[in-house]
Amino acid sequence: MTFSRFALPLGALLLAGAAHAQDIRIGVLNDRSGIYADLAGQGSVVAAQMAVEDFGAEEKGINVSIVSADHQNRPDVASTIARQWYDEQGVDVIVDVPTSSAALAVSDITREKNRIFLDSGAGTTELTGEQCSPNTIHWTYDTYALANGTGGAMVEQGGTSWFFITADYAFGHSLEEETIAVVEAAGGEVLGTVRHPFPGTDFSSFLLQAQSSGADVIGLANAGGDTINTVKQAAEFGITQAGQDLAGLLIFITDIHALGLETAQGLVLTEAFYWDLNDDTRAWSQRFAERHGGAMPTMVHAGVYSSVLHYLKAVEATGTKEAEAVMAEMKATPTEDPLFGKGEVRADGRKIHDMYLFRVKSPDQSEGPWDYYETIATIPAERAFRPMEEGGCPLVE
Amino acid sequence: MFELLGIPPQALFGQLLLGLINGSFYALLSLGLAVIFGLLNIINFAHGALYMMGAFVAWMLLNYLGIGYWPALILAPLAVGIFGMVIERLMIARLYHLDHLYGLLLTFGLALIIQGLFRNEYGISGLPYQIPTQLAGGQNLGFMFLPNYRAWVVVASLLVCFGTWFMIEKTRLGALLRAATENPALVGAFGINVPRLITLTYGFGVALAAFAGVLAAPIYSVNPNMGADLIIVVFAVVVIGGMGSILGSIVTGFGLGLVEGLTRVFYPEGSAVVIFVIMAIVLLVKPAGLFGRAA
Amino acid sequence: MVTGPETAPAGISVPVTATGAARLHLAIFAVALALALAAPFFLYPVFLMKVLCFALFASAFNLLLGYGGLLSFGHAAYFGSASYVAAHAAKVWGLTPELAILLGTGAAAVLGVVFGALAIRRQGIYFAMVTLAFAQMVYFFSLQAPFTGGEDGIQSVPRGRLFGMISLGPDINLYFFVLAIVVGGLLLIYRIIHSPFGQVLKAIRDNEPRAVSLGYRANRYKLAVFVMSATLAGLAGATKALVFQLASLTDVYWTMSGEVVLITLLGGMGTVFGPIVGAAIVVTMQNYFAGFGAWVTVIQGTIFVIGVLLFREGVVGILARWLRRPL
Repeated sequence: MTFSRFALPLGALLLAGAAHAQDIRIGVLNDRSGIYADLAGQGSVVAAQMAVEDFGAEEKGINVSIVSADHQNRPDVASTIARQWYDEQGVDVIVDVPTSSAALAVSDITREKNRIFLDSGAGTTELTGEQCSPNTIHWTYDTYALANGTGGAMVEQGGTSWFFITADYAFGHSLEEETIAVVEAAGGEVLGTVRHPFPGTDFSSFLLQAQSSGADVIGLANAGGDTINTVKQAAEFGITQAGQDLAGLLIFITDIHALGLETAQGLVLTEAFYWDLNDDTRAWSQRFAERHGGAMPTMVHAGVYSSVLHYLKAVEATGTKEAEAVMAEMKATPTEDPLFGKGEVRADGRKIHDMYLFRVKSPDQSEGPWDYYETIATIPAERAFRPMEEGGCPLVE
Repeated sequence: MFELLGIPPQALFGQLLLGLINGSFYALLSLGLAVIFGLLNIINFAHGALYMMGAFVAWMLLNYLGIGYWPALILAPLAVGIFGMVIERLMIARLYHLDHLYGLLLTFGLALIIQGLFRNEYGISGLPYQIPTQLAGGQNLGFMFLPNYRAWVVVASLLVCFGTWFMIEKTRLGALLRAATENPALVGAFGINVPRLITLTYGFGVALAAFAGVLAAPIYSVNPNMGADLIIVVFAVVVIGGMGSILGSIVTGFGLGLVEGLTRVFYPEGSAVVIFVIMAIVLLVKPAGLFGRAA
Repeated sequence: MVTGPETAPAGISVPVTATGAARLHLAIFAVALALALAAPFFLYPVFLMKVLCFALFASAFNLLLGYGGLLSFGHAAYFGSASYVAAHAAKVWGLTPELAILLGTGAAAVLGVVFGALAIRRQGIYFAMVTLAFAQMVYFFSLQAPFTGGEDGIQSVPRGRLFGMISLGPDINLYFFVLAIVVGGLLLIYRIIHSPFGQVLKAIRDNEPRAVSLGYRANRYKLAVFVMSATLAGLAGATKALVFQLASLTDVYWTMSGEVVLITLLGGMGTVFGPIVGAAIVVTMQNYFAGFGAWVTVIQGTIFVIGVLLFREGVVGILARWLRRPL
């Protein structure tokens, strides 16, 4: 290795084929034009670049290139791109991939091609459940962790009776089911649920039903534009002012940003990361914002950073990019980075760390742009995620 | 207190009222389609995209020029109407001698372009548009809390719908329009500029869509896809009503809003398809539609 | 839909002997087939299979539009539901690929009978709107029914073994299987167009009252061609599910219905080869423009507009006029 320090470009070129220098190609596959473009999108590419730089890949003889593409949140597009990346472009690892359906498709292909998939953006627990894969790590959050955080902690805070407004498709149903289980286990009760068509535009009717149920908490088991519209219309109909709490089960800081505090105030939600948690997150987020048009990172961006960093560490330690060895190393070594602190990757591919329950501030509590959350509770890593034995992942023996 | 199928009557009133609000949008949009169809004989597939444009123009007026909701309610339909007239002159007018289906295809292509451009420029997450301060808040009606703005939507829609009906059925301009629909050559022979009449009609129909868009902006999120799914529902409304009469399309629009509202209470899972189911039934029983002329 | 002389397909306005045209078509078919046999050794087979599936889909659609004169704006319903049924049959029931495809195709046929019977009660633009609305119903059903997997779709569908023997796992094996299906489907469509049934169909398209007065029951013919078109669209959809090992909501969404109209319009409606050429162009375009995000929609829309305004005959239609031969 010392040799390479003296060898100038020609030497570096020669070394590229040698055993020590590694060419790594990272594919950032996410939504770049649709509903998740803000929470993932270009920001994830920035986060991946920052990880490569902070790791000092170049000095360590690892030559990293990053490609990115738009999967339009469609599983068919995602699988076509992933296939071409692995077959024709020599991509070693795919990161991010929001939208559960797309993530599952990429996980399948990654396994078939024996590469590595580090998911940050998707929510489905299937990735570490029955459809878990030896080639996949699910990094940032999942619907169980969100349901568990919001459901469990809300009941502890006194929100014992719930009413659900659920998007009527598989994702909404599972979000609802998971949250109901948590709420009931914590001693809460569910007064009713209503299923709305997906995607919907008018939620007033469902909100009215939720209101007349008299529940303490209205759980929003939907996502993206549906959640935004529900929150917006809840403000219009004065639901929160009348004393009911709105709990978003899948909502991100960029959604709050889009809604504005006037509308979103009082909303309770769970995330794995918030830029204003501590000095480390603030420092990193500041650097991120400078490179990303002033927008603060989401937990998905943070997860991309953290996962790429851990991956590069494993490549350095093993001296190979062969999937099996790198995956074994990533699971054997505890994770550590400024954003999530200490954590670990479980055998089922679930990365665990603390989760946080936040409440959205009111406009007069907020001290400036992106000052949106107050922390209500911290859910420790070991309680935040679904226990391994409940997931039914075949890798767990 | 009696209950109807487990639903207290107050809640039912509330839901009916909400249905009426949705019906306002259906009515405005299907009315615009009917007006255009009446004279041009094309189905304006771009109607949903133009509805979306109405909302966006209102947003742009506010954010780029600082022009608020009330002027936008006039300016946005005007701007979109002019845009529509330009399109009619440049493109649609070239297709009148062809099968009407080409008009459908052309406007479909236009819808794709408009939606794609807005998606590139503004993303898809939706932009916020505040309810005008005069209409903020709401009334407690006892059985429900009715936001003032929603009440305004129903009133505004009813006013515009019946204004349009009056203009077409009761004024000289309307008589001309109806005559031109029946026999353009004859009307032309009386010295009326029929092509200009057609252009203005298209502009007016499109303006109605844009008006609905401005009405929708404060309550639904302003996003490039807001018209894409709505237009298909409105198509079903149009098939159910049949496009025989202006009044028919208004009544069908409001009526189906009510039916959908009721479905949301009794069988929410079916609320997305109820209009299509009704359409199938109407096709079986009365193929020309409820108010349609026999094909 | 093609009523005026201006819009009549080039094949009809140019006087040629039927046998001459048939011989020309045969020659083109032979050359195309030879190209198709060699292609997978030079190009990415998955991409080629996508072109083939869409060529069949568009040809099925063209049967209805170009020869039946009926513009359906809801053909995604048959394409997509066949795709779901085939995927489900292959994955959950473990059927062999040929049975899965047959089952998917059958499902599309049944759907075609039900929707077709209702839709042909209206004509022209109403017909288009009705088919669109029905397709939207199928979409909502697919979104909510448990077996379709909602947003996830049905993923990792096994390609399986043909007749339980030949593995379709390798792209190249699957390619020839797909090619056989698509060529079979295309020949069938060609046969239908040039049969007496096809002649009556064209007569109804050009002048329905006259055909009725001659004693033809127009509605029966319309329903028949609707069902055939839906069935063949289903065949394409079911095959596609095996190629991509995936059935998803994209297949039933209305944009898919729009896409097939675009392919047919671009290639040339009412021509035999138009949909095939159109499919090749559109799929290639999507492949290369995939990185442009929403611009793909803008480009497709622009092609629509330009096509309708200037090139109503489509690529093949123009070629046919230029060659003075029906294609």
